[in-house]
Amino acid sequence: MGVLVQERTPYEPVRILEEDGTVVNPDLMPDLTDEQLRELMRRMVFTRVWDQRAIALNRQGRLGFYAPVAGQEASMLGSHFALTKDDFLLPSYRDIPQLVFHGFPLYQAFLYSRGHIHGGQIPPDVHALMPQIIIAAQCTQLAGVALGIKLRGEKRVAIAYFGDGATSQGDFYEGMNFAGVYKVPAIFFAQNNRYAISVPVTKQTAARTLVQKSVAAGIPGVQVDGMDVLAVYRVTKEAADRARAGEGPVMIESLTYRYGPHTMAGDDPTRYRTNEELGEWERQDPLIRFRAFLQARGLWSEQEEEAVIEETKQTIADALKKADEYMPKQTVADLIDVMFEELPPHLAEQKAAFLSREGR
Amino acid sequence: MAQMTMIQAITDALRIELERDPNVLVFGEDVGVNGGVFRATAGLQEQFGEHRVFDTPLAESGIGGLAVGLAVQGFRPVAEIQFFGFVFEAFDAIASQAARLRYRSGGRYHAPIVFRSPFGGGVKTPELHADSLEGLFLQTPGVKVVIPSNPYDAKGLLISAIRDNDPVIFLEHMKLYRSFREEVPEGEYTVPIGKAKVVREGRHATVVTYGAMVHTSLRAAEKLAESRGAEVEVIDLRTVNPIDIETVVESVKKTNRAVVVQEAQRQAGVAAEVAAQINERAILHLEAPVLRVTAPDTVYPFAAIEDEWLPDVERVVRALEEVLDF
Ligand SMILES: Cc1ncc(C[n+]2csc(CCOP(=O)(O)OP(=O)(O)O)c2C)c(N)n1
Repeated sequence: MGVLVQERTPYEPVRILEEDGTVVNPDLMPDLTDEQLRELMRRMVFTRVWDQRAIALNRQGRLGFYAPVAGQEASMLGSHFALTKDDFLLPSYRDIPQLVFHGFPLYQAFLYSRGHIHGGQIPPDVHALMPQIIIAAQCTQLAGVALGIKLRGEKRVAIAYFGDGATSQGDFYEGMNFAGVYKVPAIFFAQNNRYAISVPVTKQTAARTLVQKSVAAGIPGVQVDGMDVLAVYRVTKEAADRARAGEGPVMIESLTYRYGPHTMAGDDPTRYRTNEELGEWERQDPLIRFRAFLQARGLWSEQEEEAVIEETKQTIADALKKADEYMPKQTVADLIDVMFEELPPHLAEQKAAFLSREGR
Repeated sequence: MAQMTMIQAITDALRIELERDPNVLVFGEDVGVNGGVFRATAGLQEQFGEHRVFDTPLAESGIGGLAVGLAVQGFRPVAEIQFFGFVFEAFDAIASQAARLRYRSGGRYHAPIVFRSPFGGGVKTPELHADSLEGLFLQTPGVKVVIPSNPYDAKGLLISAIRDNDPVIFLEHMKLYRSFREEVPEGEYTVPIGKAKVVREGRHATVVTYGAMVHTSLRAAEKLAESRGAEVEVIDLRTVNPIDIETVVESVKKTNRAVVVQEAQRQAGVAAEVAAQINERAILHLEAPVLRVTAPDTVYPFAAIEDEWLPDVERVVRALEEVLDF
């Protein structure tokens, strides 16, 4: 008789809305006001429009580094909606929408995209780190941020966002493991959008799900339909409430899809995925689904959506203008100044050399 | 005043800072109940509690990331990397995260983190424990690297490092931990980071060195005084990033001859940097090429040949004779 066990715990994605917007799981329906429901829709529409604009602006050379988000709106904004302004965000390069709805000014997001230092200057009242580039590094930092919250006895929660590829990194496991040992208020939010650049999740791991990796760290995990904004909100809210109550960390795996390229730096998704597959996911689109849900309740109209679209375009135009006009321009001397609190002699010398070159 | 070994001086510094500032946290593998594998943190958990001094799971990248996250929350982490040969596991957290935090956030955040770690050869460790990897951190903008050579400096420099608002890598040579005692003042005092010290004055040649090689170089200087009456000046860099080149150049202008001694392998690194800077700043004062005494560019050897591999008094003497007779 064999004694090896492959996998004990089956995970099923939590779902509240069907693809046509009907409620399949009324017991899980979150307690949100009509206004909050509409706000969720507004945020998703805003983000979809912004994504389209950002892609266009990138092609025109007016924006730099950009990682498209269309398809992931429910995953990103549903989860963020479950947090408060005092909670702490550790985003990846793709998670700019959550950062902006957490209070990071849009024009600074544009400056970040252009590689300007002011794009990293998170305002003092916004509790977040800059977008992380090193895949999964935010997971170990999450453990530290959350331990800090716990040591200070605060009732706040910290959340890190990362992709399916990140779950192959040691840092992902190390972060969850530390968080579990110290029982800190942390949420590990994996957005499984099926690809890490071109590598499908089936080549990322032999594990049937990503969420089962939480078992090894001894922390609870949940898988959620990431195209269902209410379900994403619901699971994140429960995780946040639990963490806030001092019961420790949670991992969430959100099943989602990115419609666009990995980034705007030359990625061509047709090299590694089919249009049929894309079409299948687009049929589950989070905006379509939630729009249908809201319309059935008389909470959303075409005019309302039009208004949000127009407003978004204006907001983007204003932010872009502010980014264009942002002074001062960055110099190498500024860069040298921000390496240390006090300028060491060798850098003072190098700064002087650049200052004379920069004509100051 | 009390007689202390370097390890006692380090514990004393940690205790003083834990007492002074509630934001100081000490953590790493085995640092809690056990007090660290070298006992650097002995008694600290008992005194300050598990919230201030604690064990981590066995994962250096996790330790580094934890330190960065805590720094973002306003703490002053003192993280121990159990042996510096394991620092590669934490390299991203140090070089890509802690070292860049101030810049990436345009000054919103900074990383007042000390990464303490035992390093250095001659104590017959298993492989990958003894390597001198400080050179890697000369090419890591955003960190400082401090290497004390004696108990007094170790205490004062560690207090400075903990109070510094940028990441400091604090390397403790294992051979020096208990090799001698000296008078160390009780209570707090600081030794400034970035300041070298002339530990022996002389007129005929300068040795620039740090860590355990300070003692090797001092013995070489004595030998040359006996054998040929040469007066060799010895400079203990104490901080290898940034390097106090002013003190070095001032000395070279006086002696016109220089040898740089390091335990690390030859290419790049501290000795190469010091030689290059002497070249840039004082070439017209030189009567001989600046020589380096280093370990060869091999991997750090197994214990059986490490004593032959490491630079010793004789090699320093020979290099000094070469510059003196040039
Ligand atoms: C440590 C590290 N390795 C590789 C890369 C290059 N890289 C950038 S994004 C990416 C894929 C990440 O995929 P995933 O974690 O699934 O997140 P997604 O981009 O899909 O949101 C890779 C390989 C990196 N930035 N960092």
